[in-house]
Formats: sequence, C-alpha cells, structure tokens
Amino acid sequence: MGIGTVKKIGMAVVALGILMATVQPSYAIPAFARKYGLPCSACHEAWPKLNNFGITFRDNGYQLGKGRDAPIYQDPGYWPIAFRMTPQWHRESTSPRPLDAIPGNGGSGTVAGGITKSGLDISSIDMLVAGTLYKNVSFFAQPFLSDGGVFIGQMHIRFDNLLGSRWLNVKMGKFELDLPISEERSLTLDNTGGAYFNYQFRPVADSNVFGGIGNAQLGVELQGHSENSYTRYSLAMTSSSDGATGLAVNSTYNVFGNFTQGFELPKLGLQRVGVYGYLGQSPTYFQTVGGSPIAGTGTGNRSFYRAGAYGLWYLGKVDLSTFFEHGQDNVYLGNSTPANQPALLPVGAVGPSWNGGFAEAHYTYNPQLILISRYEILRMSRQANPGVRSELGNLDAWTVGYRWYPFMSSRAGLAWVQEYSHLVTQEAAPVFGTSEHKSSYVMGFDFDF
Amino acid sequence: MRTKNISTNCVVLLALLFSSVTSFAQQSHIGKLTGNAKQGKALYRRYCIFCHGPYGDGTGENAPYMDPKPRDFTKATFKCRSTPSGSLPLDSDLYDTISRGVHSSGMPSWRPLTRQQRADLVAYVKSFSSRFEEEKPGAALEIPPAPPNSAESAKHGAELFESMNCWSCHGKEGRGNGPNARTLTDSKGYPIVPPDLTSGMHFKCGDSDQAMFRDLMTGLDGTPMPSFSDAVKPAEAWDLVHYVETLHLNAKKGILVKAEPKGE
Repeated sequence: MGIGTVKKIGMAVVALGILMATVQPSYAIPAFARKYGLPCSACHEAWPKLNNFGITFRDNGYQLGKGRDAPIYQDPGYWPIAFRMTPQWHRESTSPRPLDAIPGNGGSGTVAGGITKSGLDISSIDMLVAGTLYKNVSFFAQPFLSDGGVFIGQMHIRFDNLLGSRWLNVKMGKFELDLPISEERSLTLDNTGGAYFNYQFRPVADSNVFGGIGNAQLGVELQGHSENSYTRYSLAMTSSSDGATGLAVNSTYNVFGNFTQGFELPKLGLQRVGVYGYLGQSPTYFQTVGGSPIAGTGTGNRSFYRAGAYGLWYLGKVDLSTFFEHGQDNVYLGNSTPANQPALLPVGAVGPSWNGGFAEAHYTYNPQLILISRYEILRMSRQANPGVRSELGNLDAWTVGYRWYPFMSSRAGLAWVQEYSHLVTQEAAPVFGTSEHKSSYVMGFDFDF
Repeated sequence: MRTKNISTNCVVLLALLFSSVTSFAQQSHIGKLTGNAKQGKALYRRYCIFCHGPYGDGTGENAPYMDPKPRDFTKATFKCRSTPSGSLPLDSDLYDTISRGVHSSGMPSWRPLTRQQRADLVAYVKSFSSRFEEEKPGAALEIPPAPPNSAESAKHGAELFESMNCWSCHGKEGRGNGPNARTLTDSKGYPIVPPDLTSGMHFKCGDSDQAMFRDLMTGLDGTPMPSFSDAVKPAEAWDLVHYVETLHLNAKKGILVKAEPKGE
C-alpha cells in the first residue's frame, strides 16, 4: 500500500471526524424525569449540562438507590425512551475562500471571496433509551437519525455496585469517555465554536485513526465514586477504532483514565478539579489486496497520547469551566507515513505536538435561564513536517449565547436558544497565506419529551 | 380621625400578618452551618417543588402519582425526629432526612448537594409552618450505648414484640402483614403499609441500630407507628432492635421466626 492510500484513509478518517463533529447528539433524558418525578433542573444545571446530583445519579447507574429503581416498581405503561430535536435557523459564513472569478467558469482565475449560507435547518433526531434492567443493572442506547442515515451514538450495559462497593462499576459497549466537561451535554449546539475543538483535534495531514476524546469509544470502563460523587475515577480500555463498529480498523487497545475530586468552599459551593489522560496506538498501514486495504487489518501501530487537567469553579450563580490539554502523535502518524516505509518520512520529520484549552463561563440566573460564553484556543508547538509553517492548525474560537426554558416540568423540556460563534483557523487559507474566519449564528428550539 | 386610625391599624395588622407569614424561621442551625431560607427557596424551586409543591403542602405536580405522598411541610409533622412524638424536629433531623433520603419513597438522598445547600433547604422548609416560630423542638432523645446483641436480648425482644402487639401490624414473622396492616392510614388518610422487617435493614429514617432505637422511642409522626418511650425502657428498646435484626438475619438464612401471641 502506497502513501497515497494511507493519505486517502487519513482523509476518510478526518471526514468521519468532521461528520461526527457536525452531527452533535446530546441529551437530557425526560424518561428518567418521568420515572422519578424529578424536574430537569434536579439533575441539570441547565439541561443537558449535569449538576452534581445528576452526576451522582449517572454514577449510580441511573438509580436513586431508595429501593424503587428496578423496573418492577414502575407502572407497566412506563417506557424508558425520550426524543430530542432542534429545529433552528442557521447562518454561516466563511472567508476567505478561493473562488472562480466567474462562477461556472473554471478557467476564469481564482479570487478570494466569502461563502455565506443560511436557512432553516434541523439537526439529528436523538433517541435516548435508558434505564434499569434490574437492580444495579442499567443500559443506555442513543441512536440518532439524520439525513445521512441512522447512527449509533452510544450503546452500553452497566453493572453497578459490584461486591457491594460503589467503587466498582463496569460498563461495556460504546460510550462517551468520562470527560472533564461532557461534550455530549454541551450547552451549545453549533459546530463552529459550539463544539470543543480540543476534544476533536488532529494536526493537518495526520493519519491517526483516533478522532479525539470527544468521540464515543468502544470499550470497557471501570468506574467508581464516593457517595456524593465528589471523588470519582474512571479507567477505560477502548478498541483503537475511534468508536467505529464492525471491527473496521485493527485489534489494538487504548487506555483512558480520569480522576476528579470535588470540594466545598464556604459560600461559593462545590468546586472540582481533575486530571485525565488517553494513551493509544493507531495503525499506519493496512494489509492489502490488489492495493486496496482490508478492513480490520491495520498494522504498523504507532503511539499517541492526550493528557490534561481541568477545573470547574463555582462562584454562586457564575461558574467557570477551565480545561487544558497537551497532545502528541508519533512521527509516522503525523506525517501519514506507513511505518514499514520510513524512507518516505520528510527530512527532519518529528512527532507533532500541541497545547490547547478553553474557558467556558455560565451565568445561571435561575434554572430557566443560562447565559453561556466560551473561548477556546489551540496552538501547535511542533509540526510533524518541519517544512510546514509553524502556525498551521492553530485556532481561536469563541461563542456567546443563552438558553431560556419557558417552562419546566418532569415530563418534557423546551429551550429557546440563540448563539453566535466565531472561529479563526490560522494558515487555513493557504492560497492567500492568511487565516480563515468562520462565523455562525443559530437561533431555534431545543426540546425533548 | 377615627377612619384614619382604623386605616392605620389595618395597615399595621396586615404588615404584621404578612411578616408572620413570610418570616417563619428564616434560618437553620446545623453544627457550625447556618442555613438561609432565601437561598433555600431557590434550591427548593430547583429540586423539591415538583413533589412538595410551591406552598410546601405536598401537592406538587407529581404528587398524584406518588406513593407514599410527599410530605406536607405546612403541618410541621415529620416522621424522622430525635425529639418526642408530637414535637417539632431539630434542624439536624431535617438536615439528616434531606441528606439520607427516605427509603421506599420518591425522596432521594440529596447528599450530592453541598452541606450549605442542605442547610439552606432546611431553613426554607421550616418557613412553611408558623409552628417553627411559635414552638421550640422538644429535647433530643439520648440514645444509650447499645448492649451486646445476645440471644437472650433477642429472645426478650421477641417477647416484647408479642406482648406489645407489634405483630398486629408488622406480622408474626415481621413481614409487614399483620392483621391490621391493610387498614392502616397516615395522618392524611392515605393507605400506608408497615415495613417488611425481614427484607433488609432499610428503614425510612435510617438503617443503623441507633436509628431503629430512635424510631421506637420517638415514633414516626404522621404514621400509625407510635412512640414507645413510655412503654419500654431503653434496655428493652435495644432488645427489640436485636430481635428485629434477628428477623432479618434469619430470613437471609431461610429461617422463619414467629412471635406467637401468648395463650394461642
């Protein structure tokens, strides 16, 4: 297999990553609210963002632990399913972009221009199926429907309180990693500054299969927590497929770990700090037949890691989430080069590394109104190919918005959402040697039932 | 002049009435914590209102579907207290209930909230009843150290269980199926069932031996479970606790223990 094929695979992986970042399933689960009679605000600071009560509920395997959790205690008509939809009006503009001087005439020369599109839109329809099968046995499935088809966002089974200890809970299937700040429960909807770029980042031309810690992964997780979930840990072993089902990549495994500790500060509330790390391998080439790669035979594995620290700070009605990450990929991954062909590496090639982070602030006026702002930054500290400009891939993104919930009940939720975001990607418009600017405005409804 | 005086008096009276309605027990004190009802109100609206209702009378939107029904705070009648039957609970009793939750009910443990938040909720819960302004809680029950759990103690407990007619509600085997069990109602007239003492040490007011001792001696106000503080001595209460533990342990081993009424 030539380097061209590896690059195609790399591009396909990147495209898949973009798709996953664009369709952004997230959830609040009215099925739980209906089961327990609790309002959205009991588990969510503003749904879908969990508060500590919601975190504890999730850590307990979707159980309140008062002897009424097993399905046998539910009305037989109860069905553990919820839906979420987000009809919206969306405007997005990008510049500069290379355009034909005369539209439709490819020979008319290239000029710098902007692309603006807008209109009514919908995101995917999320189905949220979750509950208990039996005491201490729970499940979660999250298929989502979009124009591209039906996808499995997450699907796992979980066994809680093994050996009678809340420190031993096991989950197996496809699940979101125990992230510092859940991307699945992001308060912002848009994919331009609305998603966490640090969670999804890969350097330009990198062939790493791993799309980022933001993607749901296939694996097994051992998780534990204190009674109030102030202290929590997660250890997960994941298949090195970035969540792709069907044994499509190869047979190595990655490891993710997260440890977090909450503590109370008088008059300020619960604070939380934590550290996490992801260590993995990714194939650099496949076995081939007729030059075409055979799915599942990825080999020539090379390593990569992501590591970081975070803090969630509460100052009364204001809270600030701070996040830092350092990432590095092996030189073969960074240069999209098969490990069995080292001669193809550019002269002076090294493993790319970068640093990034974000700060996200919320003002929760009350459970029915939350203001949101976020600034995210990412800087390459070392390019894989020394011939590449050092700024390539650097980005700055910011978002402001709000979510207003005109009513609140234990049966359904509705939010009126407005958000504006702006993304600057340096050197992303190579034709002009400048940065690319992308801005986006979203206004719409986010509801579930 | 007379009209003006009447108007002034009315305004003063209304002001007094208003202040008495809105300023019931605005604080709670749990150890070094001081809870504030103003902060508690915001928390109540976030976490509690859908069951206990906006006026604290237990008529939240979920109340019709719940069994047992949410507590009516306006009556200031609380099951889980360390104070004598009929008395107001201590702030720490309410704090403990919020923290622990109530087993076999819709009330979860709110321990994930900070200590200050729980103290604030206590202050707000107290504000629903003027009793907290007008009365003081009774003296807290003193729980003596537990004697050793011996066979003799459990046997004496079984005799007390029988002689004090505990079995009439809790059943001869402690399974909550006594002859009176189906007729029991709480103070609001809703049906209520005695706990199955063999199914595990899970009780509404706590699972520890001390909690069970306290339940026996203070009763669970608002339910048919009376206080036995006048009927048994502390040592006898411990004997009953030991007997109930025996019911649970024997049930786990598959052994049924019957408290046979005398003369049968």
